[in-house]
Amino acid sequence: MDNLIALLIAAPLLGAAVLLCGGRALDRVGPLVGTVLSGASFVIGAVLFADMLGKGAGDRTMTQHLFAWVPVAGFKADVGFQLDQLSMTFVLLISGVGTLIHIYSIGYMAHDERRRRFFGYLNLFVAAMLLLVLASNYLLLYMGWEGVGLASYLLIGFWQHKPSAATAAKKAFLVNRVGDMGLSIAIMLMFTTFGTFSFGGVFGAAHGATEGKLTAISLMLLLAACGKSAQVPLQSWLGDAMEGPTPVSALIHAATMVTAGVYLITRSADLFNGAPTAQLAVVVVGGVTLLFGAIVGCAKDDIKKSLAGSTMSQIGYMILAAGLGPIGYVFAIMHLVTHGFFKAGLFLGAGSVMHGMNDEVDMRKYGGLRKYMPVTFVTFGLGYLAIIGFPGLSGFFSKDKIVEAAFAKGGTEGWILGAVTLLGAAITAYYMTRMMLMTFFGEERWRNTATASPDAPDVEPAAEERGRHAEPHPHESPSVMTIPMIVLAIGSVGAGAFFGVGDRFLRWLEPVTGHSEGNSPVSAGVVTAATLVLLVVGAGIAYLQYGRRPVPARAPRGSLLTRAARRDLLQDDFNHVVLVRGGEHLTRSLVYVDHTVVDGVVNGTAASFGGLSGRLRKLQNGYARSYALSMFGGTAVIVAATLLMRAV
Amino acid sequence: MSFPYLTVTFALPAAGAIVTAAVPAARRTAAKWTALVFSLATLVMAAIVIVRFDPGGGQFQLAESHAWIKDFGVSYDLGVDGIGVALLALTALLIPFVILAGWHDADPLEEARPNRRWRPTQGFFALILAVEAMVVLSFEATDVFLFYLLFEAMLIPMYFLIGGFGDRAHSGGDEAAATQRSYAAVKFLLYNLVGGLIMLAAVIGVYVVAGTFSLTDIAHLRAAGDLSMSTSTGRWLFLGFFFAFAVKAPLWPVHTWLPSAMGESTAPVAVLLTAVVDKVGTFAMLRYCLQLFPEASKWATPVILVLALISIVYGALLAVGQRDIKRLIAYASISHFGFIIMGIFAMTSQGQSGATLYMVNHGISTAALMLVAGFLISRRGSRLISDYGGVQKVAPVLAGTFLIGGLATLSLPGLSPFVSEFLVLVGTFSRYPVIGIIATIGIVLAALYVLVLYQRTMTGPVKATVQGMSDLKVREVVVVAPLIALLIFLGVYPKPLTDIVNPAVHQTMSQVDRTDPHPQLEASR
Repeated sequence: MDNLIALLIAAPLLGAAVLLCGGRALDRVGPLVGTVLSGASFVIGAVLFADMLGKGAGDRTMTQHLFAWVPVAGFKADVGFQLDQLSMTFVLLISGVGTLIHIYSIGYMAHDERRRRFFGYLNLFVAAMLLLVLASNYLLLYMGWEGVGLASYLLIGFWQHKPSAATAAKKAFLVNRVGDMGLSIAIMLMFTTFGTFSFGGVFGAAHGATEGKLTAISLMLLLAACGKSAQVPLQSWLGDAMEGPTPVSALIHAATMVTAGVYLITRSADLFNGAPTAQLAVVVVGGVTLLFGAIVGCAKDDIKKSLAGSTMSQIGYMILAAGLGPIGYVFAIMHLVTHGFFKAGLFLGAGSVMHGMNDEVDMRKYGGLRKYMPVTFVTFGLGYLAIIGFPGLSGFFSKDKIVEAAFAKGGTEGWILGAVTLLGAAITAYYMTRMMLMTFFGEERWRNTATASPDAPDVEPAAEERGRHAEPHPHESPSVMTIPMIVLAIGSVGAGAFFGVGDRFLRWLEPVTGHSEGNSPVSAGVVTAATLVLLVVGAGIAYLQYGRRPVPARAPRGSLLTRAARRDLLQDDFNHVVLVRGGEHLTRSLVYVDHTVVDGVVNGTAASFGGLSGRLRKLQNGYARSYALSMFGGTAVIVAATLLMRAV
Repeated sequence: MSFPYLTVTFALPAAGAIVTAAVPAARRTAAKWTALVFSLATLVMAAIVIVRFDPGGGQFQLAESHAWIKDFGVSYDLGVDGIGVALLALTALLIPFVILAGWHDADPLEEARPNRRWRPTQGFFALILAVEAMVVLSFEATDVFLFYLLFEAMLIPMYFLIGGFGDRAHSGGDEAAATQRSYAAVKFLLYNLVGGLIMLAAVIGVYVVAGTFSLTDIAHLRAAGDLSMSTSTGRWLFLGFFFAFAVKAPLWPVHTWLPSAMGESTAPVAVLLTAVVDKVGTFAMLRYCLQLFPEASKWATPVILVLALISIVYGALLAVGQRDIKRLIAYASISHFGFIIMGIFAMTSQGQSGATLYMVNHGISTAALMLVAGFLISRRGSRLISDYGGVQKVAPVLAGTFLIGGLATLSLPGLSPFVSEFLVLVGTFSRYPVIGIIATIGIVLAALYVLVLYQRTMTGPVKATVQGMSDLKVREVVVVAPLIALLIFLGVYPKPLTDIVNPAVHQTMSQVDRTDPHPQLEASR
């Protein structure tokens, strides 16, 4: 059974290889091949899962060793896999949601002439993400880590002829590289501290390391997590990443890849547990991002960018929970899974709306769509109820647990964190209700307004293929698209209750991550009540602003905060001024320095040694023989000198 | 006496050079095929050398020794260690691709040229083979004088390759192109000659001190304690050698000849220069600087590490600022040479094995990137990045291979340069943490210059100047596909290479009398 683990990765990897190297002949069957191979991975995952359930909680970890990867003296990196309950959870999420999104893409990308390549990239992503969660050492994890970064780069920039897409792709890769620097340094520190970077070796020895070392390693891992999971201060790439096709946003930039940071921290629990300072940094990052993302989500009129802000914010919840230590690990992962369902569903819903609206993304040009897209409306609506934490739905169970865990941290810290998570819940209810109202209710603001011309560079090129750019005619998407939405909606509704009731998820994951209750100053009932009150407040304010009053087709000027939030709270402006402009000046002046100073000084020094620069000018006349001569002159000197030495 | 494997490996391309040069002027195609066949024969011979080489055996294997100039102790001594074998294989592997990629680079412009002695094609391919022969022999030589001779002699064919053959179309017209080219060639020659002259003094010095040029004899003398070299003599001699190798490698601040030489020459020649010839410099640091002058090497380490670090960051920043595709790749190479030199002088197993792998991997990845860049340039006749845009739409295979070459250059995990770069970083970090951490900035900057280059040339709307550009031809795919396959294979399974290199590195480490730092905690394994 253990030997099946490699097949999980091999199936989609094969798909990627075949689809990317195969020629035009595969254009027609490409989408099907990609979907089947992703599905195969899910089936293998399910078989392994069934096998795992049959074993006792203590010996569920399976391992597979393939070969020695980089063996150099004490440095041993193997290609080996480890499948335990934590990895298993991810395997099912990645291959499951991944396959659903493959199916959805068959419909969504039907008119794109490069769809074979699209499915190749998707398969590459699934393979790399599975490698990330199955690796049994940090260096192999790194390979998966950058592999998903590559897939993300390729998919964000899939419509490469759009300059904005190419720029967004590059930005995502670069920001992630800064995080990767952290992962590199963490691995180097592990090697010099423990002499190994395999999970078993590191975690087994972690208790013997000094707190300083553990803190350093953990902070570097946190930097890596910030990059991949779009947490402050490395969050700026996620909003731009929405340039990619919507299924990509759903799979990579909502459900799976961006949660890799949460995986990394949870996986490294043994390191973080010994480094309280690093854990404090983790909760601060999570808390700040939670509010940051939520505020940005409130201000955006672009439906995908608003959802991207929401993703940031929800991952902030997970990171915060992971930073709480054993009190929060399980709930971080639980929220990650439920979020995978409802956020993927919401994105697919957004894609379905765009599909029916000539790829318009501005919510101010939507309105009243519930009549025209009933399936999308219902599935999106269920996702909406799940994310705001409506009682009984997924988000209610998983988010509530994180709020409780935040209070259970204890002390002033616990109160602050608890308050932040509660505030976040209110803002979530606000921006999601706003989105729901602007899209599906109210006036039909798209009447008599042509959508942007397909020649405009910022339009998704699918519109070009369909050749419609007059007034949109909203319609429901084909069933190949709606079925995945329905499946995800079922997950959004039921997963939370399934996991939460009887602490099923807790008992499943506890053997890997450990768990402690903490000591909460407030009872669970009070927390739930407070969450519900804030939910009503948030949703209510949104209703007053966007439900009771008509939505202006052009955004009002807004307050200072709104205007800042529309610009991602000015982080890009900061980056532009400090990093981009500063960098340009630096490289330009260095080019100048290299050309004049370095070259000049070296030539000048040479000249002062023997009039070389004068010779340079003379030699340039092209007497090649003289170079040969001078060289053999050198040889003659050595011969003469050695003969002389012997004579002496 | 056993079969002279090493002599044959060197003699094949040397003979090939002569035969190719002798092909009649009108038979250009025959000359090309002759060169290709000889280079492939050399590759086969190199493969045999690898098979015959026993990683667990003695230091210098397949040794041959013949007295040459008896009067002053110069002999024709050959032998290879694991590092030499790896670089020998790289050289033999890359030359056929260089020849194939440059297939049309030296076709005469006007068909009917009256002068019957005018035969640039023959000259071009003969020169390439001549360079190969000399580089191969310099990896095999175990006699300091023989090595010096080759180190200098290879400048001559290289000079003619840079100065004599440029890109076809040039923005400034033929006249300007020729002037710039000859400037670049002369600069290349002068820098390396000066380095060589200083090395010459040091070579003489070694003879004065040791009384022999033979590496093995010197090692025996040292082991027996019969080598009387004062500390200061050792340091001066070390500097003489190191300077020459630093120029060739090249290391900041004596690097400026490389961008002009790579910029002005054709892409295959640029590959020959940076992927093959320059490796002699870094190889010689490991072989000659460390083994002849262990004490002085350790004495100079701090300064060299700082220079290497400057190379890494400085080279990468300058690559970001370039507007010329080839110069950009040249500056990227300078950054990479910084990594190689840093790995060598970190004096850890990981650092030195990593540096050796880096030499091989940099050769392959730069060849892939530069040759595809050359294909691109040959289609449009411009080296300026701004003259391209949206190429992926018209030539997707070209764009795809260019991207893979670029990803290898930025050391993406899964491709072979990652393995070597990470080993160098870990090896450096374990002894010099601060330098190791600063060097990781290099991995962010590498992503910047590669992706900016890709974005500006390949993505965005299709520029009018690029419209109708053809995709890669069969010959071009034959050049690139094996290189990419190799990048992936060695990225996933580098063990065949590490198995050959590790023992040689162990040997070097013990000669320098250095051991790896121990981890602070022995983990429970």
